[in-house]
Amino acid sequence: MQLTGAEIIWECLLKEGVEVVFGYPGGAILPAYDALNKYPQLHHVLVRHEQGATHMADGYARASGQVGVAVGTSGPGATNMITGMATAMMDSTPMVVITGQVPTSAIGSDAFQETDVTGCTLPVTKHNYLVTRVEDLAETIREAFHIARTGRPGPVLVDIPKDVQNATTEFYYPNHPIQLPGYHLPGAAHYTEIEAALKLIHEAERPVILAGHGVVMAGAVHELRQFVEITQTPVALTLLGKGGFPENHPLALGMMGMHGEAACNHAIQQADLLLAFGMRFDDRVTGNIKTYSPHSKKIHIDIDPSEINKNVRVDVGIWGDLKTVLQQLLPKLKTGQHQGWIAQIREWQEDGNQRDILQQLAERPDGKLWAAQVIADLFTYTKGEALTVTDVGQHQMLEAQYYPHTRPQTMLTSGGLGTMGFGMPSAIGAKFARPNEEVWSISGDGGFQMTLCELATARQENININIAIVNNSFLGMVRQWQEFFYERRYKATPLVNPDFVKLAEAYGIPARRVTSRAEIQEAVEWSRSIEGPSLIEFVVEKDDIVYPMVPAGADLHDMIRRPHYAAEVSQDFDNPNAV
Amino acid sequence: MKNTLICLVENKPGVLNRVVSLFRRRNYNMDSLTVGRTHNPDISRITIVMEGEPFQAKLLAVNLYKLVDVIEVQDVTDIPTVDRDLVLAKIRTTDAYARNNLTDLCYEMGARIVDIGPEVTIVEFTGTEENVEAFINALRPLDIVELVRSGLVSMGRGVRNMQGSDYKSKRFVTAPRNGSSN
Ligand SMILES: Cc1cc2nc3c(=O)[nH]c(=O)nc-3n(C[C@H](O)[C@H](O)[C@H](O)COP(=O)(O)OP(=O)(O)OC[C@H]3O[C@@H](n4cnc5c(N)ncnc54)[C@H](O)[C@@H]3O)c2cc1C
Ligand SMILES: Cc1ncc(C[n+]2csc(CCOP(=O)(O)OP(=O)(O)O)c2C)c(N)n1
Repeated sequence: MQLTGAEIIWECLLKEGVEVVFGYPGGAILPAYDALNKYPQLHHVLVRHEQGATHMADGYARASGQVGVAVGTSGPGATNMITGMATAMMDSTPMVVITGQVPTSAIGSDAFQETDVTGCTLPVTKHNYLVTRVEDLAETIREAFHIARTGRPGPVLVDIPKDVQNATTEFYYPNHPIQLPGYHLPGAAHYTEIEAALKLIHEAERPVILAGHGVVMAGAVHELRQFVEITQTPVALTLLGKGGFPENHPLALGMMGMHGEAACNHAIQQADLLLAFGMRFDDRVTGNIKTYSPHSKKIHIDIDPSEINKNVRVDVGIWGDLKTVLQQLLPKLKTGQHQGWIAQIREWQEDGNQRDILQQLAERPDGKLWAAQVIADLFTYTKGEALTVTDVGQHQMLEAQYYPHTRPQTMLTSGGLGTMGFGMPSAIGAKFARPNEEVWSISGDGGFQMTLCELATARQENININIAIVNNSFLGMVRQWQEFFYERRYKATPLVNPDFVKLAEAYGIPARRVTSRAEIQEAVEWSRSIEGPSLIEFVVEKDDIVYPMVPAGADLHDMIRRPHYAAEVSQDFDNPNAV
Repeated sequence: MKNTLICLVENKPGVLNRVVSLFRRRNYNMDSLTVGRTHNPDISRITIVMEGEPFQAKLLAVNLYKLVDVIEVQDVTDIPTVDRDLVLAKIRTTDAYARNNLTDLCYEMGARIVDIGPEVTIVEFTGTEENVEAFINALRPLDIVELVRSGLVSMGRGVRNMQGSDYKSKRFVTAPRNGSSN
């Protein structure tokens, strides 16, 4: 069958099982857009900014485990997508980005809207291609999908010059095995590695599992659960590991790291064995690497060999797919009991409970609305079953702390890059991937404004997402750093905001404002009852702090803790290291 | 210490860019990098000398492996190899005295005179890195106009070839470390 390059693009996408693409047209990708008329089975979501397209594709991928696809034009279209690719790269989400390029004859001439896109995106993609012959197009797109979804997933960019889109060739979708001699995927672990790991596991008295994003990506939730049941090992989660282990399980310790549960961090510091499952010892997780978990042996299972011994030196490193390796370990595990250790952790947890803001407010109500209450109530009124997508900042950390998840792929957030503006577009993408989930986008007033133009996309698609803005009239997380580390010199953090309710209404999106806790339940139920997008602005206290906090580079056990009563907070500011 | 790595890469546009970009991005210290074709037109060979601890060289090796166009990587730092660096030096030889001096030196050190002009002479020397250093030091008292080194190329001795590298036997991840070293 003779097809144009433009047609081949969509044919290949259909062969790869793609149902929806997020994109924005322009000169260099017009042939592809014209050809799209022939493929009504492919749903194209017209975004309002190409960054939004990449975040939507990313949200789609995180919610489904399938490759998300974003399309844009050359030059400014492609450069607008760089933030989205960097976000996906840092968090290992499978994504294929297709960009138009100036005709091959014009490449290198500084032609109109020419950018060296493969050059620009080299460090923020897992791999990228510039296709110069239409004959190579199908094989290239097939490789791109293969690379994006296998191994450690990541974004792959395919840059396609306009003349390649216009040229015709005989199309057939290759089905021979992919020929990539330099692309290596791990097999099963060697038995010596399994034996070495088992020895440490069976000797351990104070073990902790560090469950990361890899648990979710490997689909190893079930295996992890079995591992925990047999060995009775407590589980700490990374931010991106949330959902990888049910947080209502008695052995779940919550999130680790900078804003993790204090008990969880203490357990890590006191442990004699750390089992790192598909996590990469990010600096937000370890704090000062020199004093990180000093007494423990360490086992690290990761599909990316360059992660092993990168940040933390380990005793047993296993290069492999987590699901495969856990399946190798499971039949050989002896049942474990760590009652003394768990009792010790319970003590730390009890102290944490007493310092908890909700607990304190329950004891001494102040009639104000705090961000933590918003998240906790969202949890209650969505019965903990929503698929939540956060933006970046205080509300993100509060969601991690106050919205426990029990299923994988139900908490999506930009962890590694911490991209403000990620939330709302990603929620749109997530809803396309999982139409039966109740999707809540939770953003701060700052980050929401970075990609708020996608409200128009939500309207145009009539996508049923619930948008929550936690409005503290500040760049809250930055304000927190200024409060702790810059003597409260609040430079460039107070925000004069638009009227978010009117703003949403201008986009044709029903919206409400909530200023007291009493209104939350009704507002949440109202939002859920609306078919299509709806928005709630929660006006919360400004002077809020996310506790605990490990200052950047400090020892993991050296946390700034919430004092036992909120009333004492202000005194404690002067001595942030107290307690 | 200096570590030597050999990579076989697909002969595709942009490969060298990917390799070099990795050094910058991961903050590795590159001493030298040489690239050239092999007997197989689809494959080029890169020899990299990097400054760092052995574990850093291992991390570099696995990071190189992550590049899709890199087919194989071998750390040859600790295995028997033949190493060669090449230097070309242009020396001012306006008078007979200077010319004789240079000829003697070349004779003693096994270097070759490859071009003689009215003002300058070009000499060539090939050897291990140390020999090349020694040769350059010997040249220093003369009037050096220009000097260039090719950078190191290296090849494992014996029947060992670039297939079945240590990547596949996964030595790089299983090597236990002494205690927890953080
Ligand atoms: C404001 C802010 C505060 C933050 N605070 C915290 C905090 O307090 N605590 C915290 O935990 N994080 C925090 N983060 C997030 C943090 O920056 C990292 O993004 C996060 O810790 C990374 O988690 P991860 O290692 O599990 O996931 P990733 O970075 O996605 O790494 C996943 C790892 O799993 C591996 N993997 C993938 N697939 C497989 C497979 N099939 N088998 C085996 N391995 C696999 C990958 O190779 C990789 O090494 C914060 C972020 C922001 C923006
Ligand atoms: C694109 C981008 N720019 C800057 C930052 C730095 N940053 C991290 S958190 C934050 C403040 C976020 O404020 P807001 O969106 O209001 O959320 P809050 O912290 O108040 O919940 C900023 C500016 C970032 N993460 N991303």
